[in-house]
Amino acid sequence: MDFPKKSVTIVFDHSAVSLKDVVVLISSIGYEPLISLEKNDEQIKKDEFKNKDLTLKIGIAGFCLGNIMLLSFPEYLSKGAEIDPQLKTIFNYLNILLSLPVFFYSASDYFISAWKAVKKNYISIDFPISLGLIALFVRSLYEIILFNNAGYIDSLAGLIFLLLLGKLFQSKTYQTLNFERDYKSYFPVSVTVLKNGIEKSIPVAKLETGERILIRNGEIIPADSILFSGTANIDYSFVTGESMPEQKVLGEIIYAGGRHFGSAIELEVIKTVSQSYLTQLWNNDAFKKTQISNIQNLTDKVSKYFTVIILAIAFGSGLFWLREDVNKAIDAFTTVLIIACPCAFALTTPFAFGYTLRIFGRNKFYLKKGSVIEDLSNINTVVFDKTGTITDSGNISVKFFGSKLSHTELCLVKTLVRNSSHPLSRKIFESISGEDCSDDLEVTNFDESISDGISGIVSGIPVKVGNIKYLLKDLDCSYYERGHEFIKNPFSTNVFISINNFIKGYYSFRNIYRAGIDKAVEDLSEDYDLAVITGDNNSERNNLLKIFGSGAKLLFNQKPQDKLNFVKEIQSDSAKVLMIGDGLNDAGALKQSEVGISVSENITNFLPSCDAIIDAGEISKIGKFIRFSKTTMNIIRASFVISFIYNIIGLYLAAQGTFSPLVAAVLMPFNSISIIIIIFLMTNFFAKRRGLI
Amino acid sequence: MSAIIILISVSLTVAVIFLIAFIWSVRSGQYEDKYTPSVRMLFDDNEIPEDLKNDKSVSKKIKKL
Repeated sequence: MDFPKKSVTIVFDHSAVSLKDVVVLISSIGYEPLISLEKNDEQIKKDEFKNKDLTLKIGIAGFCLGNIMLLSFPEYLSKGAEIDPQLKTIFNYLNILLSLPVFFYSASDYFISAWKAVKKNYISIDFPISLGLIALFVRSLYEIILFNNAGYIDSLAGLIFLLLLGKLFQSKTYQTLNFERDYKSYFPVSVTVLKNGIEKSIPVAKLETGERILIRNGEIIPADSILFSGTANIDYSFVTGESMPEQKVLGEIIYAGGRHFGSAIELEVIKTVSQSYLTQLWNNDAFKKTQISNIQNLTDKVSKYFTVIILAIAFGSGLFWLREDVNKAIDAFTTVLIIACPCAFALTTPFAFGYTLRIFGRNKFYLKKGSVIEDLSNINTVVFDKTGTITDSGNISVKFFGSKLSHTELCLVKTLVRNSSHPLSRKIFESISGEDCSDDLEVTNFDESISDGISGIVSGIPVKVGNIKYLLKDLDCSYYERGHEFIKNPFSTNVFISINNFIKGYYSFRNIYRAGIDKAVEDLSEDYDLAVITGDNNSERNNLLKIFGSGAKLLFNQKPQDKLNFVKEIQSDSAKVLMIGDGLNDAGALKQSEVGISVSENITNFLPSCDAIIDAGEISKIGKFIRFSKTTMNIIRASFVISFIYNIIGLYLAAQGTFSPLVAAVLMPFNSISIIIIIFLMTNFFAKRRGLI
Repeated sequence: MSAIIILISVSLTVAVIFLIAFIWSVRSGQYEDKYTPSVRMLFDDNEIPEDLKNDKSVSKKIKKL
């Protein structure tokens, strides 16, 4: 059992118990297993290996560092007094022996990544680090073997240890979260196919066009198909953002991704799963983009210039001394490389990102990786999805407008709507389920007109529930006049009620906005362009205008592909986009945008692939998060300046000829550790000021 | 002087033993899940059915969990 991952491994005898029995048993105790084909065993093993590898490297580097320090201690304290040369030799060679695993195993990642980058004509921060490390190692060997001087082995081990610690700190991951999901994890694993009247389960991927499939209550339509028998109530809220379920009749095309409610329906598949309307989105270029962005990050940009300057100084001083003394030239050359090794510099980003990641995590804002912070700080446009993002999708408010209904009237409505499985009927039923009605109310002449309404005679009184046209069908105009005053809000979804051929009023269904969304928007609108893009109709335009003001773009009836295109369009207009969404319909836009954030009420639920996940309750803090990511980037810049100053001081000392192993041993770790401390203090300070801790 | 050399070789040997223990603990996955073992001790031991006890591959797998 693995508690943090919320997973359990079960061993069972497959010849005696079937997998299905195991699943049934586990479900019966309340832990329904999640069926997932996302990660195969090989990938999991690879991830595990990576984690283990880093831990091992740090452990070994730490072990060697400790012992090297111990053996170097006499040298530190020997100012003036001479150490027994024999002992010194032994200590020095032991040091070399201990440094071998550190240099060749623990630090190997830096050399490999620097070499890979150089091969691609690209200089990363690992390049000057590798140069510095190699210079330290070679110079130490040279000093020890030829002159029996103490080398810089202690500094070397210390630096590698610190660098690896930085890596570990940045590699904080959220094990229970998955940022790489696509439609496959939302779709069912198998589907029931009807062949010659026989039901058979086949994997969804093997579904072919022309096949008949059976979809039961609550199941998801896996592929675009035509309705063959039964009445379908399809909830597309996850796909399109439209919160009201759609009713479909025979012969209509049903797009994949909807969830069906009601009695089982038969469908004929017209497109395969991967070619369906919804899943086509994943064939878009946005999903083929490799993870490495074209935008160089700050560290790489700075390190490019840095490397060039260092190499210039190193070669310059080397050439300068070459005229006098070859030994001195080598000395100067390696000293510059060692002193200028941008270790403090390389530690800045991992520690700053790692710490910010933790602060965000404490506020239930989970980033996929540290570099998202940098992307987030560059944002200038924020795009919201409506349903599920700024509104609470599971929570629709049902309100009655018009003359107040009496208890008996409510009972009439309740009895009538109980007979319908239409989602709106069920919502009305839920809202008045508290009414205590007698069971002997009977409905006669029940009639359901699809997508219009229902009518019936309840204990002698005609009752109608439906849209205004349906209600007016058999009424004369005088009633229409009376009913007219209720039609105040033509945009929101309204269901009218008439009792005894008199229109009493209507039930209005509206989305409930998430708490704090108005504050978040107000906060954001000062510095960012805002837009709302939704698959829903424009019934909420007025409410959205109230929240977002006139400056924001509001787009309605947008298909998933439209959303992606919209993001692309404003990106070409130099917008850096933060997309906040929740459903499959946002998946394309989330991927296309610089930063995509998924909103979730329950982080273990399905979420489209994204860069970050935010808990629905914390969405009001989104402005704070963006601003704090900017602060983090400023802290990094400030730390860069500080580490440059250290390097200049070091170069100055080296030029004075006062660069001894002792100075190196003190100065270099001091650099790195002081930078780390500065970052922690600054980040902590600003997080407190912004109220994130 | 020789005392120092002996001491150092002894201390290094001890340190290397600990290093090996560390490498073993990482390899066997003890650093992957630091929370579960503290809970697992509260459960009853895995009971292996009699007829499977003799099957070495099964008992090995169960022990691994």
